[in-house]
Amino acid sequence: MAKNKDGMLESTGKIKLTTSDYVIRGIGYFFITIFAIVSILPFLIILGTSFETEENIISKGVTLIPREFTTAAYELVIKGGSIWQSYCLTIVMTAIGTTIGLFICAMTGYALQRKDFPFRNGISFFVYFTSLFQAGLAPYYLLMTQTYHLNNSYFAVLLPLMVSSWLIILMKNFAKSIPHELTESGKIDGAGDFKIFTSIILPMLKPGLATVGLFLALGYWNEWYQSSLFLQNKQVLPLQYSLYKIINEAQSLKNSVASQYVTVDSLPSESLKMATAMMATGPIIFLYPFVQRYFIGGITVGAVKG
Amino acid sequence: MTTINPRKPAPYTMKGALAKKLFNSKTLILMCVPAIIYFIAFSYAPLPGIYVAFVNYNYRKGIFGSPFVGLKNFDFVAKSGQLWTLTKNTILFNLAFILLDNLLAVTVAILLKEIQSKSFRKVSQTMMFLPYFISQVLVGLLVFSLLNSDTGFLNVVLKALGAELWQKTGYNSVVYFAAIMGIDDSIIEASMIDGANGWQKIRYIILPSLKPTVVILLLFALGGIVKGDFGLFWNLVGRNPILYKKVDIIEMYVYRATVSDFNFSTASAVGLYQSLIGFILVLTVNAIVKKIEPDYSLF
Repeated sequence: MAKNKDGMLESTGKIKLTTSDYVIRGIGYFFITIFAIVSILPFLIILGTSFETEENIISKGVTLIPREFTTAAYELVIKGGSIWQSYCLTIVMTAIGTTIGLFICAMTGYALQRKDFPFRNGISFFVYFTSLFQAGLAPYYLLMTQTYHLNNSYFAVLLPLMVSSWLIILMKNFAKSIPHELTESGKIDGAGDFKIFTSIILPMLKPGLATVGLFLALGYWNEWYQSSLFLQNKQVLPLQYSLYKIINEAQSLKNSVASQYVTVDSLPSESLKMATAMMATGPIIFLYPFVQRYFIGGITVGAVKG
Repeated sequence: MTTINPRKPAPYTMKGALAKKLFNSKTLILMCVPAIIYFIAFSYAPLPGIYVAFVNYNYRKGIFGSPFVGLKNFDFVAKSGQLWTLTKNTILFNLAFILLDNLLAVTVAILLKEIQSKSFRKVSQTMMFLPYFISQVLVGLLVFSLLNSDTGFLNVVLKALGAELWQKTGYNSVVYFAAIMGIDDSIIEASMIDGANGWQKIRYIILPSLKPTVVILLLFALGGIVKGDFGLFWNLVGRNPILYKKVDIIEMYVYRATVSDFNFSTASAVGLYQSLIGFILVLTVNAIVKKIEPDYSLF
């Protein structure tokens, strides 16, 4: 669009691009190209290296294009079997957590922006306060393990990621853009507030649902923190946390004195790490280009008013 | 057809008014109940546990049965100098992150605007957004595999900065890019008709119009300056003592004290200290924002 305008005006002779315009445009193309490449290159190198033989990685290092192409690492990961269980666990948790979380956020977000809801300010503050002041990790850890007994329970991962004040406020901002007259017309037709919400508001709230849902889903898919706190003795682990374990076990072995006496072959395999990383991240890489506009929408709606 | 009965505004007492309010909005209240229960269970219920910071925690006696020691836990971390080191590291890293993050994000946004080809812009924006979607675990792996394993102080600092900028710039630039796209094209055209060159256009039109966004985002970032990015540091440094002795931040200390050492009292003391400073900072920042740009204040 800008191009057309510029072009049109240029032809009438009103706007002349100066040398500095061209220089800045040149810098723009150059810098953005470099930055875009730098953004994906590390990822491509891990991808390339995951198809490289173990010996080559150790003797020659990582590579963009495999010197000797092999799928051995992937076969090993798949044969190991536990990756599929991790996949299932992660998918199930993402699906359940996102669905329930989305429903809670949508109901609350809608209710809190209703101007005729007398308790909206009180409840909004109650929700918002949780992001202003937190108890800290130790009391939270004690509560989860001693009081709720959620140690080594998948609920310790599923529940804490489900709702956040930020997501509720984001949803509230989306719900605000739906004209209040729709709620009013529902009321005149005699529908209750919940009926209005499910049959009139929810269909209108699709962009908000998509945005908040995707933030939730990304949070579940990339979860490793709660798992590291509470899933110490579980056999089947969420994808990112099993990747975390593979990386850190190799790392701690490397750092320990023992590694000097152990031959390279017996160390956890480098290519295995790369292949696991690719499998754990793969679905996101394929999906994100199609859904990134929702994230961009969410960032611009929710950025300043966090 | 139903006939609408105009309700007579009957004189009622305060108690009656509240009951009426509650009754009229019962469905909306019920719709908020799941979230309220959720926040009580996971955000408010841990609050009494802060008391653990003031006791010598004993597993068998529980938080409220353990002997009260006053501010001893705070004393311990403060006197050893650890608290100061942690605070300093956390703040300095965050300062560097905030300044560089925003500088780079603004630069990227401005240069992105210079890209005339729409498809080029779209593709490059998508590429720059990729790191945001990647888990911090993978970021840790990228740093381990692609960069040297030197454990020198400067090296670790640079890795942390690099990882931060790599992962966040695409995300951060979105807000600025949106602000730039929001500038009325006719203003820019008028300036060009008046003979403004490319640099002047950026200096006198784009940058000033970004200023409110920059100021607000910087202020809120400063409000969170005592909160470190645990995921980033933990995946770069983790439990490696050679590294964490150099770049320890509050979150990592609290995590180790909680999960590895089970030293809940010290962990909670440091955590409470951080929460309180953070709380005061956010309130201060919000008051400032309220003065300069009331629309953007948080509450």
